[in-house]
This record gives sequence, C-alpha cells and structure tokens, in this order.
Amino acid sequence: MGFLAHLTEKPWLEGESQGVDTDGGGIFSLPTPQIGLRVFLIVATVLFTLFIVAYTDRMVVADWRPMPEPWLLWVNTALLIASSVALHGAWVGADRGRIDDVRAGLYAAGVFAFAFLAGQILAWQQLVAMGYFAASNPANAFFYLFTALHALHLLGGLVAWGRTTAKVRRGLAPGQVHLSVELCAIYWHFLLVVWLVLFGLLLLT
Amino acid sequence: MAYVAPGETSLVPPAEVAEVDLYHAKSWITKYVFSQDAKVIAIQYAFTAIAIGLVALVLSWLMRLQLGFPDTFSIIEPSQYYQFITMHGMIMVIYLLTALFLGGFGNYLIPLMVGARDMVFPFVNMVSYWVYLLAVLVLIASFFVPGGPTGAGWTLYPPQSITAGTPGSEGGIVLMLVSLALFIVGFTMGGLNYVVTVLQARTRGMSLMRMPLTVWGIFIATILALLAFPALFVGAVMMTLDKLLGTSFFMPAMISLGEQLEYDGGNPLLFQHLFWFFGHPEVYIVALPAFGIVSDLISVHARRNIFGYRMMVWALVAIGALSFIVWAHHMYVSGMNPWFGFFFATTTLIIAIPTALKVYNWTLTLWKGNIQLTVPMLFAIGFIVTFLNGGITGLFLGNVVVDVPLSDTMFVVAHFHMVMGVAPLMVIFGAIYHWYPLITGRMYDEALGQIHFWVTFVGAYTIFLPIHYLGFLGVPRRYFEMGDTSFIPESAATLNAFVTVVALIVGFAQLVFFYNMARSYTKGKIAGRNPWKANSLEWQTEEFPPGHGNFGATLPLVYRWPYSYGVPGVAEDYLPQNVPPDEVVTDEGPGASGA
Amino acid sequence: MVVVYALILVAVGTVAFHIFSPWWSTEIASNWGYIDTTIDITFWVTGVVFIAVMLFMAYCVWRYRYKAGRRAAYEPENTKMELWLTGLTTVGVIVMLTPGLFVWNDFVTVPEGAAEFEVMGQQWQWSYRFPGKDGVLGTTDVRKISDENPFGLNPDDPNGKDDVLVEGDELHLPLDQPVKVLLRSIDVLHDFYVPEFRAKMDLVPGQVTYFWFTPIRTGTFDILCFELCGVGHHTMRGKVVIEEESAYKAWLEKQPTFAKSMAKAGTGGGDGLKLVSSGGEAVTAGGESAR
Repeated sequence: MGFLAHLTEKPWLEGESQGVDTDGGGIFSLPTPQIGLRVFLIVATVLFTLFIVAYTDRMVVADWRPMPEPWLLWVNTALLIASSVALHGAWVGADRGRIDDVRAGLYAAGVFAFAFLAGQILAWQQLVAMGYFAASNPANAFFYLFTALHALHLLGGLVAWGRTTAKVRRGLAPGQVHLSVELCAIYWHFLLVVWLVLFGLLLLT
Repeated sequence: MAYVAPGETSLVPPAEVAEVDLYHAKSWITKYVFSQDAKVIAIQYAFTAIAIGLVALVLSWLMRLQLGFPDTFSIIEPSQYYQFITMHGMIMVIYLLTALFLGGFGNYLIPLMVGARDMVFPFVNMVSYWVYLLAVLVLIASFFVPGGPTGAGWTLYPPQSITAGTPGSEGGIVLMLVSLALFIVGFTMGGLNYVVTVLQARTRGMSLMRMPLTVWGIFIATILALLAFPALFVGAVMMTLDKLLGTSFFMPAMISLGEQLEYDGGNPLLFQHLFWFFGHPEVYIVALPAFGIVSDLISVHARRNIFGYRMMVWALVAIGALSFIVWAHHMYVSGMNPWFGFFFATTTLIIAIPTALKVYNWTLTLWKGNIQLTVPMLFAIGFIVTFLNGGITGLFLGNVVVDVPLSDTMFVVAHFHMVMGVAPLMVIFGAIYHWYPLITGRMYDEALGQIHFWVTFVGAYTIFLPIHYLGFLGVPRRYFEMGDTSFIPESAATLNAFVTVVALIVGFAQLVFFYNMARSYTKGKIAGRNPWKANSLEWQTEEFPPGHGNFGATLPLVYRWPYSYGVPGVAEDYLPQNVPPDEVVTDEGPGASGA
Repeated sequence: MVVVYALILVAVGTVAFHIFSPWWSTEIASNWGYIDTTIDITFWVTGVVFIAVMLFMAYCVWRYRYKAGRRAAYEPENTKMELWLTGLTTVGVIVMLTPGLFVWNDFVTVPEGAAEFEVMGQQWQWSYRFPGKDGVLGTTDVRKISDENPFGLNPDDPNGKDDVLVEGDELHLPLDQPVKVLLRSIDVLHDFYVPEFRAKMDLVPGQVTYFWFTPIRTGTFDILCFELCGVGHHTMRGKVVIEEESAYKAWLEKQPTFAKSMAKAGTGGGDGLKLVSSGGEAVTAGGESAR
C-alpha cells in the first residue's frame, strides 16, 4: 500500500471495511536507522542542490574567472572511489558473514578516506600558492566552499566509521555490525556521488 | 500490510517494542539534565524557548515605547531601535515559535500520541536540545559584543547587514549567522527524530489516518523545516564568508559611507531568494503545528469529531507542498524580474483555498457540537478569529499589485503579527492549558485562565487591527520615528501612543499566566486521569502523568481514530482509541458490539 | 454568552472601525487608481467572508453551548458541503486575482513615450539624474564615484555629458507625463516610495530596477525610503514637486549638467576613492549622527 493510498482511508469506518491495521508502525519495511539515514540524505541533497543553484546563478556574472583544476583533484577522486569500493566490499563481507572481509574493507576505506582529505588539503595549498584566494574571485570562493562542505560531511561519516571499526575490533559478529557497515557504505556512496557532481560542475565551468 | 477483521484482533500480537529497548537513566543528571526522554527534552525546549521569548517581549516593549512616545524616551537611539526590531523578530520566529512547536510540543506529544515509548533516536534527540541551547547562548552573546547585536532587520538582507552604517555589522551579525547555523544543525537532529518516529514507531493499529491532527501538523511542518532550513543555512554560510573572507557571493561593487569596498559582482537578490525559500515555508512551519493542535482542542472541547478529517489532512499536505512555490511573493517590489509576479500571485492565492477550508472545518466542528467554553476552547476560538483576520490580510499582500503600495508598510507588520504572532500564540496558550494536567497531574486555576484569555485576546486584537490602517495611510515599517511627514495626521501619533499602552498591558498580563502555571504546579486541584475525556493515546497511559517509557508493559493497541466523540449507541460521549470493540460500553450495556 | 457577544462585537467593531477610521489611503496623485480599485474588491470579498464566518461562529457558540446530556452530531465529513465551500472560495479567489493580474500587467508594461529619469539612492539621501538634450542617460560605474563625480558617470561616454544632475534638492516632474523611473543604488538596498503615487520599487546595488507612473495632480509630496538601509533609514527623505510642464522646464534649465559640474571641479574626474578592505576599518555610524 503506497503512502498516498493511506491518505484516502476513511478512518472512522472502524470494523466495517478496515479492521485493525496489523502492520503497526512502519510505512517502509526498512530498519529504522536506514530510514533515518535516508531522510538525512534527502536534507543533505537539498543543501548541496541549493549551493549548486547559487553557483549557477553567480556564474553568469561578468567577473567570473574560472579557476584551473589541479591534477591532484583527479588523484583525490580516485582515492574517494577506492574508499567507496572498499566499504562496499565490507558490506558484501557482512552480508556473507565473513568478518575478515569486513575488517579489511573498513580499514582500507578509512585509509583511502583520510588520504582523500589530506589530498584535498594539499590541493588547497597548491591553489593558495598559485594565488587563487577565496576573496579574489567567486569561482575560487565556490571551490573552497564546496570542498570544505564535502570534507565536513566526510569527517562526520568518519565518526560513524570509527564507531563501526571499534565494534569490529571488539570482536562483534558480522550479523551485529551488518547494519552499521551498510549505513556507512550507503553514506559513502552518497558522498561519492556528491563529489562527482561537484567535481563535474567545476570541470565543466 | 495485512488487515484482519475486528473479530480476529486476538490474533494480533501485542505491541512488541519491549522495555529493554529503552534508554534508562542511571542518575539524576541523566534523568533531568542530559536526559534522552523525549518528555524531559520537550520541557527543556519549552523552558528555553519561553525564556528567550520573554527577552523578545521586553524588546517589543522598548520599541513600542519609542513608537508611541518618540520624544519622551530619548535614551533609545536609532541604532538600538533597529537592533530591538531585528532581535525581536528573529527570536520570536525562530527561537521561540519554531523551537516551541516542534522541539516542545513535538517532543512531548509525538511519541505519546502515536503510541511509542520514545523518539526513535533518543541520543540524537538529546544532542538536538543542547545544540539549540548553544544557539540561544550565542544569540544572547551577540548582545554583549562591541557594536551590539545586528540591526539589519530579521531578514538580514545584504549588503546592509554586513556593511558599516548598520548597527552590529561587525560582531553582531557574525554571531547571529553562527547562531542560526547552529540552530539549523540542532533542529535537523530533532527533525529526523520527529519524522522517522511518525513513519516507523506508530503502535499497532495506528495507521497514518488514525493519527491525531496534532501529529499530522507537526509531521508536515517538520518535513517543511527539514527541506527549507538548508536554504537559510546556505545563505548564512555564504554571507559569513562575504563578511569574514571578503568573498563576493551577495556583495556587488559598492560604496560604504564614502569609501569604495573591494566587493564586486555579487547579487543581493540571490540572498533574498534563498532567505524566502526558507522564510515562506517557515511561516507554515509555525502555522501547521498550530493548525493541528487547534483542531484537536476544538474537537475535544466541542465534544464532536473534527469535521472533514480527511480534508484537514489533505489540506495540510497541500499547504505544505504549495508553500515551496510561493516564496517570491515577499519580493514583488524587490527588483526581481517583475514577470515572476504573475506566477507567484497565482500560487499564493491558490494556497488560500486549502487554508480557507481548514477555517471552515474548524467552525463546522463547532456547529452541532456540545461546546464547553473551557480555557483551551476560548483560546481556540481566539485563534480562529485572529487567524481569519490575518489570513484575509494575507490575500491583500499576496495579490501582487495590491502588495505594491502596502509592502514594507505597517500593514505588513499588522498582518504577520496577527497571523503568525497572535494566532499561533493563542494556540500555544490553549495547548499549554489543555495539556497542563497531563504534564503536571494538576489542573490550572480556571478563573485566572479566563482573565488571561480575555486580556490577551481583546488586547492583541486592539493592538493590531488599527495598525493595518496606518499601513493603508502609508506609514512605513522599521522607522525609528516619522518626524515631519506631510501625509501623516496628528491622530496617528495618538493612535501609536494608545497601541503602546495596550501592548504594555497585554505584556504584563502574561504574568497572570506564569503565576497560574507556577502556583497550580503545587496548589492546583489534582486532575485525575483524562480530565477532558479525550480519546487520543496520551491520556490513556497506565501511569498518570505518563512516566518513563510512556506506556506500561505493553504498548496500546489502536482500534479507531481519535475523534469518536458522540458516537451514536455508545454510552459515553467519547471512546478512546485503545478500547477494544468488545469492551465498549454501549447504551444497552457493556460488551455489546456495535461501535 | 460573553463569547457570543465578543464575537459579534469583534465582527461589528472591525467593520465599524473600517468605515470610521480616520486613517486611510492618501488622496491618489498618479494613474494607479486601479490599484485602489483592486484593494476595494479585495475588501468586499474578504469582508463578506470575515463577517459570515464570525457570525456563524457566534451562532454555533450560542446554539450549541454545553448542555449536560446533549450529544454532538457524529458526522465525520460532508463531501458535498466541502465541495461547495471549495468552489465558492475558488470563485472568491478568482474575483480577487483576475483584476490584480490585469493591473499588474499594466504595472510592468512601460508605455511608449514614457520619459526616463534616474533616482540614485545612497545612505541616506536621494539624488536624481535627467537625460540632457540628447534624451539618453550616460552610463555609470560605482568604481568611478569620487567627490568630483558623485554619480559615478563615465566621463568617456558622450551621452553623459549633458545629463542633468540634481543633488540635495527637490525632485520636479511634469504633470500628466508618463515617467519611467530608473532606480540605482550605490551602497545598500533602498526603496523609492511616494505614498500618493501608490507605486514603489527597491533600489538594488549592482543593477538598475524600474517602475513607471503618470502624475495626475500638482503638489509637493514626501519621498520616503521603504527598505531598511541602516541607522539613518528613517532620515532618508526627499520631496517631489509635480507641476505644469512649463514650470518643470524652467526648473530643469537651472540644474547643472555633468559637463558643467566637472568643469567646475576642474578635473577629468573618475579615479575613484581609495580602496579599503571590506573587513577593514570602516566607520560605525553612531546613533546620534543619524538623528
């Protein structure tokens, strides 16, 4: 029964056509934390979308000077992809009940994620060294803004990653960490997509 | 989703959310300070919101003193006046109304009304409050930095909000933006809880369409807030960068008090679009919970089912959806492309249709009811009157060409105070009186409640009705003083003085409310369970007032909607949601089936 | 019963206040009478709804006041009635919106032959610029603003040489001549409004906005800034004089042109002021200075 179909119920017709809704709570059959994450991803999507709208609005003004994308960004993109793939491996490992796969996937994802963040900071330093300051052009300002915002989201994800890794280190079974690993993986994939969109936008303009 | 016939309800397993899933407080600190119980968090939200709201009330007195007696209070300077109006508006809209409706009422009522033990993410919920408190403290701190709080108007339009010439354009505005960002982060944490709790944690039998309208109102408002606040966040972040790093997101090439600034090419209108993309849904973030709560107050105290429940739900959803495509009606004379006016005027007036239907349905609930004029009912009626009045003046401002002469006049001030100041406050007071026995276990003092209502309602209407007419005359809002203006007659000054006196009286009359609440807490009559004979689940808890975990060993099972008042054939004029069909006492006696 | 009387009193009192209020729109001095008509239509439609709902509510509170033992009617919904109410409300909305959109179409469509002039806002004063003999306004740039060139006119633009500059004086406009007001701000947002004209528009730094109107009666009117623009917002006033064509021409003759004012200043002008960092030392305007 879809969400909209619920809205046409006639709730006062108790006992005639409707009876007791045995389903109780859940509209969706997913675990509650999954729903929580998805709602948060919607909010984050709105946030990034609005930044992109602001970007396209500001872009058309004459003082816009596109900035060069350092080659380092390509490396960072590869690192982020690797991080996402590793976490996905952990997820699959948890599905199959292989705790070693989970552990390896989580460690690799963490290493790649921290490398990505370090790479982003290096890219900033390169740009600053080349004289591209935030105040000198809106294109630069947006670049710093986007990357900082994305990095902050990734840092938040790393907190969840750290808690999950700690659980694995404490020797919890794959079934007990499955949900945490899955949530981390979904969030990582989301941030990867966000990064690809932002990076694509920076490249195209 | 499977349905079973009423006869088979014994097959339904008891609600399975076990006590063990619940967070248990281990010490006084974790029970009352860093508590994860939504009810405690609700009280914390409410006290903080009301405390900062009182600051805003005092600010309104100061600005009214200046407006009413412009030559008498020479201690108030223009820069302070503009700081007062800015902080008054911002506090009232965000830190009081939004926080109180969603953080306060949302936390208290959602789990109880949908039959859950708590919010789904109690820890996140707790953090939400503490981040909110931090946001409030940062806001208060802005009063004490050099230059004082920002005086840019609650809309914080750049460029003036961050350039010299506006009070508080150094430290004040930065703290304001930081505080807003914190508020949004904190709210998002709470909002996730409210939405997911409604979606996932309803007890058995509590289908969406069996939820009280209070929950519906808060639910839709929270969705709006989750989607709208990011726009304010984006605006706040970009403006902070413009201020601190010298970027030019919103700042064009400009002169400030005779000096060229280095900004170039930014678009001030972009901020306005972002602000109102948040700001208009914000109006409904405040209004929809009020709509929901007042529906329940009217239904309970008129002893009649809410008229047109489905229409009420659909109207909430429709208003919520439409509220995202009307934002630029705040910008008809902002210099945006004037052709947008056609679109936004049309969408704005369309939103009036579901809104009007809600008003009709409230009055139709009174019709053929059995109306008990309790204090909550009085406030509900007060809400209908003020909301009707304020909604109607919204039709003036929404109709693009009528807005041209009226925008930025006192008419606007009167309109939004009536519709999203007085009207929601009526609901807040009504709701506090209504649920006071649930929260404290005692009744408030009826006589004091009646006095509070009459002074507040009559006073507020007397304050804001005439101010509309100053707007027609052409008196601008946000003016420190009118000085010599040819078209403003002497009588306008007299009116302003009168309004100030009434505003002070109404303001001080709120002491009656606080006295009543404080005194009844220890001296009030013991309420007994379900004093209003209401149907919804919050009144049906085993422990009264509801304790830790809300419900007893098992969660309640829901058999019907919460509006079974005056059902024919049932002995009492109410029928709680969780009374099994075979235990319903009918006119023929207990146990007979039928209802 | 008190509630019933109160509801009736609020309904009747509100109408009475509307009728007898000494505070009402100023006598109109522009062609925008249709805006007033739209306001009147809105008043009639919404007034009827207001009174109907108020009186209906008073009736309900009186007729269905609490009686022990009485039962409310159990009636979950009444689709037919709700459809009727939706329909009637929709009609009301159409009645208000349609004329509004037609008038708005007029408002945004500047007629052929409207004379252009410019209003320039800055904290906290108004200045005006008329195209000279050539009928074309010269281009401007905020960066070119200096003590000698307060309007920031581009000295290399021949169209600007004969522009007539009005600074620190009343604005004069000819009767019955449609004018397109071009609005420009050099610092923050402002809004140019004369209540008797009914039309207003914000001034936005970085762009030129506009509106148009035709003055239809002579007189001197107050100009007010209608968009919060800092501590001096309430002091940002001006006067506009509507007069016969001949008097207006005579007034315009006496105003200096750009070329003349530059010659007087004795420089080519336009180097601009020194740049200060945006976060740098800017003077905070005290309350007293703005009073």
